[in-house]
Amino acid sequence: MKLLRDTWLVFGRYFGLLIRNPVWVALGVLQPLLYLILFAPLLQPVAALRGFPHGGAYNVFVPGLLVQLGLFSAAGVGFSLIAELRAGVIERLRVTPVSRVALLLGRAARDVISIVAQSLILILLALPFGLSVHPVGVVIVLALIALTALLTAAIGYTVALWVRSEDSYAPIIFTSSLPILLLSGVLLPLGFAPQWLRTIAAINPLSYAVEAARAVFNDQISDPSVIKGVTIMLVLTVLAVFMGARAFGRAVA
Amino acid sequence: MPEPVIETTQLRRVFKSRKREVQAVAGVDLTVSQGEIFGFLGPNGAGKTTTLRMLTTLLPPSGGNARVAGFDLLTQPAQIRERIGYVGQAGGSDREITGRRELVFQGRLYGKSLAAATSRAAELIEMLELENCADRSTGTYSGGQKRRLDIGLGLVHDPQLLFLDEPTTGLDPQSRARVWDEVRRMHDRGTTVFLTTHYLDEADALCDRIAIIDYGKIVAEGTPEELKRAVAGDVVSLSIDGDQQRALDVLSDEPFVRESRLEDGAVLLYVDRGEVAMPAILRLLDGSGLRLVTIGLHRPSLDDVFLRQTGRSLREVAA
Repeated sequence: MKLLRDTWLVFGRYFGLLIRNPVWVALGVLQPLLYLILFAPLLQPVAALRGFPHGGAYNVFVPGLLVQLGLFSAAGVGFSLIAELRAGVIERLRVTPVSRVALLLGRAARDVISIVAQSLILILLALPFGLSVHPVGVVIVLALIALTALLTAAIGYTVALWVRSEDSYAPIIFTSSLPILLLSGVLLPLGFAPQWLRTIAAINPLSYAVEAARAVFNDQISDPSVIKGVTIMLVLTVLAVFMGARAFGRAVA
Repeated sequence: MPEPVIETTQLRRVFKSRKREVQAVAGVDLTVSQGEIFGFLGPNGAGKTTTLRMLTTLLPPSGGNARVAGFDLLTQPAQIRERIGYVGQAGGSDREITGRRELVFQGRLYGKSLAAATSRAAELIEMLELENCADRSTGTYSGGQKRRLDIGLGLVHDPQLLFLDEPTTGLDPQSRARVWDEVRRMHDRGTTVFLTTHYLDEADALCDRIAIIDYGKIVAEGTPEELKRAVAGDVVSLSIDGDQQRALDVLSDEPFVRESRLEDGAVLLYVDRGEVAMPAILRLLDGSGLRLVTIGLHRPSLDDVFLRQTGRSLREVAA
């Protein structure tokens, strides 16, 4: 109960910070819009290529875009934490009896909610362009995105608590998230890839999330890849949250 | 006799970096009694903040143990957290959030209901005279306002023991005096205050008892008066027309001079009895053809205590 209450309190603090800043809210809506306007028109001709999965351009690319959104938006969360470490905020919170898991979960919940909201906007905006998806599918995909975002945010916060400086955080996070993204088939389906790339992709957990999201958008909700993707992400997320909470408990700064 | 609020036994902290091991705190034994203002004095890097961070459960000790507010530091950190307040050097309020919101949030973290946290916040705002800025984001606060808010955050749950890490560093004299007043008011209400400082006058004016730490070890402990009395005798300070070193050379080997040094362009001599030493000093300077510009006699200060214990002047190392 204390964990829930504390998580709610911490979430309230950071969600309040988010919505009191209209610039961030506007940017959050703008970002998916830019993807659709500036990137989606490129897809149409590609979808006609041989080896491209079934389902039409939008049904193949939107799931990838969503996973990418989840990964990249959550990868940057550590920057705000580092600023707070410097201002003594984290230290002040750690001296209170607040649950250390709540310190992580409360703020990550804020990140997850804003990313899920952006994803929903992106899905709705893509509908007039020709995206077709079952409402249940939308729920499953949003859950996948939420897991991806929570996993990434938990790792981001953990790394931020370890390195404690933007100068170290930025290169670590961005040089590691780029190959993870490229090897997940987010941008182009791995059906195009040579065998050695596909082998590496097979050990990349994110590729299972992408595969699951694509299956959902291809009206194959009961496909085994869906439950596989969700399970893999769920297990990793639990591990990452556990690790992140430990990092909050030990943080020295 | 009641149980002390803080009692440490051989508290140690080692920081490892690559191959080197640094002993930041090298076996500290401290006792702080209920209701006192305890000053932890030492130059930067002496181990003050590290000790404080261990006592506030922020940093696990490498060795030794402590009881804080009646609970064991190693096994009962949660109970300790409920009973102590902590105001770190950086403060810890968010620039984007108003002071009132921060106080309410802090109260909620200590388990208060929204209503209770809100009324406690209003109480603290009045007590710390933050009415004018309570509803602005803390990024707009002056140094003194921000520090008073930080103290308020540490007092939200009315802790029996409050830790203040260098509470007046970087404040203007007026804000500094107000922080001192606040600390005295907490003391009057029965709160035990543990503060670190590298200002000697602060420790002297504010603290019931002081411990001096240097290189991770306690080098002296007692009331300011006791510590000053331990540096027996008087201090004669003088300056001559010309190179002060010459006066030091002439005087330092005299049997009545126990210690001597140069500081801020003046010669300081520690003597047993000032009134006996003065005429002798004047004769010696005269005999060496040195012309005296100023001479004064005073009781030892805490800086003299520090010098005696560590061989260095606190003013030099703190600067």
